[in-house]
Amino acid sequence: MSSYIEFENVSFSYRDEEEGTVNNVIKDLSLKIDKGDFVCVLGHNGCGKSTTAKLCNAILIPDSGRVLIDGIDTKDEDKLYDIRRKVGMVFQNPDNQIVATIVEDDVAFGPENLGIDPKEIRARVDEALKQVEMYEFRTFEPHKLSGGQKQRVAIAGIIAMKPECIVLDEPTAMLDPRGRREVMKTVKMLNEEFGITVVFITHYMDEAVKADRVIVMDEGKIILDGAPREVFTHIEKLRSVGLDVPEATELASLLNRHGVNIRKDILDIDELLDCIVSLTEDKN
Amino acid sequence: MISDITIGQYYKENSLVHRLDARNKIILTVLMIAMIFSCKNFISMGIVALVVFLSVLLSKVPVKMFLKSLKPIIPVILFTAIINMFYVKGGQEWSFWIIKITEKGIYTAVFMAVRIILLIISSSILTYTTVPTMLTDAIERLLSPLKIFKISVHSWAMMMTLALRFIPTLIEEIERITNAQKARGADFENGNLIDRIKSLVPVLVPLFVSSFKRAYDLAFAMSCRCYTGGEGRTRMKQMKFTLKDVISLLFFSASFAVIILINKQFGALI
Repeated sequence: MSSYIEFENVSFSYRDEEEGTVNNVIKDLSLKIDKGDFVCVLGHNGCGKSTTAKLCNAILIPDSGRVLIDGIDTKDEDKLYDIRRKVGMVFQNPDNQIVATIVEDDVAFGPENLGIDPKEIRARVDEALKQVEMYEFRTFEPHKLSGGQKQRVAIAGIIAMKPECIVLDEPTAMLDPRGRREVMKTVKMLNEEFGITVVFITHYMDEAVKADRVIVMDEGKIILDGAPREVFTHIEKLRSVGLDVPEATELASLLNRHGVNIRKDILDIDELLDCIVSLTEDKN
Repeated sequence: MISDITIGQYYKENSLVHRLDARNKIILTVLMIAMIFSCKNFISMGIVALVVFLSVLLSKVPVKMFLKSLKPIIPVILFTAIINMFYVKGGQEWSFWIIKITEKGIYTAVFMAVRIILLIISSSILTYTTVPTMLTDAIERLLSPLKIFKISVHSWAMMMTLALRFIPTLIEEIERITNAQKARGADFENGNLIDRIKSLVPVLVPLFVSSFKRAYDLAFAMSCRCYTGGEGRTRMKQMKFTLKDVISLLFFSASFAVIILINKQFGALI
């Protein structure tokens, strides 16, 4: 089976015309993401993760190499709207992506642009709002919602277009812990129940833990790629690019180094607790 | 406190007037204004006042709200009335000291005051009973024939909608910037007028910068959601002309006819 998103030796740079400088953000990046995957992209500021996101739905076109979405090259301008229909995008600041003054009108914006029949739009809007659990807020004005709720409305606006993939560019960066949990739960549910491919860009480790696959980027290159369990054992490497590991993983690794017989690939507190309990039981 | 802001002055209620088609409401308001201006005597003005009063009753918006919208206009009303009172000549004359008031002057003054009050009330009915986005939508649809003159009505309506959408966001932003500047020791409360205006510069500059950033982000987000302008777009909320719209339109047209007749029958006061 061919991959859903495919980067083939992609390079991209931003040019500053006035100063004449060239900033190579993405360097010879190759990447394959399968349909139905939940992929987290981690990285420090300026590592090229947002650029990677924008390359996924033809906002940016690679300088060299190519990006294929479900077999369509993003360079193909005639297919631009096919690509954007397939790959929806959610941005960091919920305020800057909500278009209408009423929640349901905003969710309808995408389908309206696609020229869908009004009755079908109504059905899709209601369904999308129910999926993100914002249905009871459908007649609210967006500025009366919390950050997490606004971001869920933005997600509803994307899923009402029935995309096959959603790319979220640091959707939780401006939210409080509760909002972050809400958004993560919604995205996880969309992936598991509706099979939507998710590319989730973040710098929060505890969110990356929930993904099927974690990609760590630094200076436009992929430095680690694998299941979260595997990736987070590379504590030193993550540290060297300015990232942290989940606290439980770090503690497990410290214990391991000091001679305690404990697995290094532990992801959360509960798991760590189980391991420690079973360790003491063994001794007894 | 910021969440209390309501865009426009929509008054939430489920009345007959609220349920009318927004396009129809705009047409009715224009008709009403035309009626008010075509009145030439107190009898026709009385009939228009009756129509306005009926609309107010049907809208279920409290009279208090209308008084509130009249309040800022009171100086204008008084000014117009006084000017008319002194400058219109005709009929019986009374004079005190250097002031001369004529019978016709008083009539005109009252007439003008009533006219302005009715104008304000009738346009308030429109804004109290229609959500701002519905209004811009309706304007877009009413003006869509202008397309043949290559005027992009859709873009203008979209700009209006976006402007409305960003009012609360920008107010929030201003508050945030003001607080940030205050924390750095900026003084917004003291000094003379010029000092205060100057103290706004450090608020306005970041506001403009961030607005451009927002506009840029928004344009990205809109094109990601396949926005290409008005072509080939459908709307979720369809506007429908129903029986009540037809009836109200007929009623207003009939009142207009009556007013023209009365104007002819009873002659013009002004």
